Amino acid sequence: MARAAVPGRLTNRLVWRVARLVENRAETPTARTIVFDVPGWPGHLPGQHVDVRLTAEDGYSTQRSYSIAAPADGHKVELTVQRVDDGEVSPYLADVLSIGDPVELRGPVGGWFVWRPDDPRPVLLVAGGAGIVPLMAMIRARRAAGVRVPFRLIYSVRAPEDRYYANELRQLERAADGLDVAFVYTRTAPENWSRPVGRIGVDDITAHGWPPDFEPHCFVCGPTGFVETVASILVGLGHAPGAIKTERFGPTGG
Amino acid sequence: MADQYEDGNALAGPLREVFAVDVTTAVGRCASCGTTAPVANLRVYSRAPGWVGRCPACDEVVLRYVRGPAAAWLDVRGAVSLRFPLTPDGG
Repeated sequence: MARAAVPGRLTNRLVWRVARLVENRAETPTARTIVFDVPGWPGHLPGQHVDVRLTAEDGYSTQRSYSIAAPADGHKVELTVQRVDDGEVSPYLADVLSIGDPVELRGPVGGWFVWRPDDPRPVLLVAGGAGIVPLMAMIRARRAAGVRVPFRLIYSVRAPEDRYYANELRQLERAADGLDVAFVYTRTAPENWSRPVGRIGVDDITAHGWPPDFEPHCFVCGPTGFVETVASILVGLGHAPGAIKTERFGPTGG
Repeated sequence: MADQYEDGNALAGPLREVFAVDVTTAVGRCASCGTTAPVANLRVYSRAPGWVGRCPACDEVVLRYVRGPAAAWLDVRGAVSLRFPLTPDGG
């Protein structure tokens, strides 16, 4: 053998592909799920993301990175986009793009923040706001693979109307096949909600997470401050830093 | 501005343009403080002409990447090494 092969990589360079919108539905008043058909899509792992590029008629071009919201399903790539009102890209994707319209898309990218359905460890998912998107891909992949690995999700949102995938999460939890869901409300809670509103804290993680000696695989995704708070709580509780994977949103806004 | 950075996961797309493997899973050693961490955990500032990745422990610059129309520049002087996870047959 002349040299070791890097499977599927050297011949499969990252390329921009033309993707066409096939579905667009509201998740919340400010977020929409958009589904693209991407001919030649090679598949992806839950937690990976894509880059989306828009080019104007004058040649001006801009790109953003979005987490994929659902596990691999043929040539379909599903994103959930939070509309940033003064953003360059998200209002276009959420409101202007019509069924059949093209965008350029490349991926999947990112091999760090991924969950593999053959991983036997229990899983803790901690989402802040739009950080639920790659974690939902993991939850959906778990169901699609039919595995019984126990999952716990702690999902922090400002108010009940900000929850993405609320009905689906309720149904998945009701199925009682090993997914537990706990909500943390930071500004407004439903009536008769026992937890006072406020930011996520150590009590939420101990009440709804796994004890460190279960050696769970922890995925934390959200705004930078949220991720740092949760990651330091997990380390403080005794979780191995190597078992905590984080993905921060920056100011990508837009 | 605590939220003005992302993490190294944001480099996955840009660096896959020039590398045959995913660089974000590689473990780098910071030339400034010696901390080892996956590239995915760098603090990445993308509101610049390119991407600037800083050490999550000491905040020194570990790598810089600029993509121009005809070339890409990668400056990794802030890293002593990058360790890529590979299996014996290369995968």
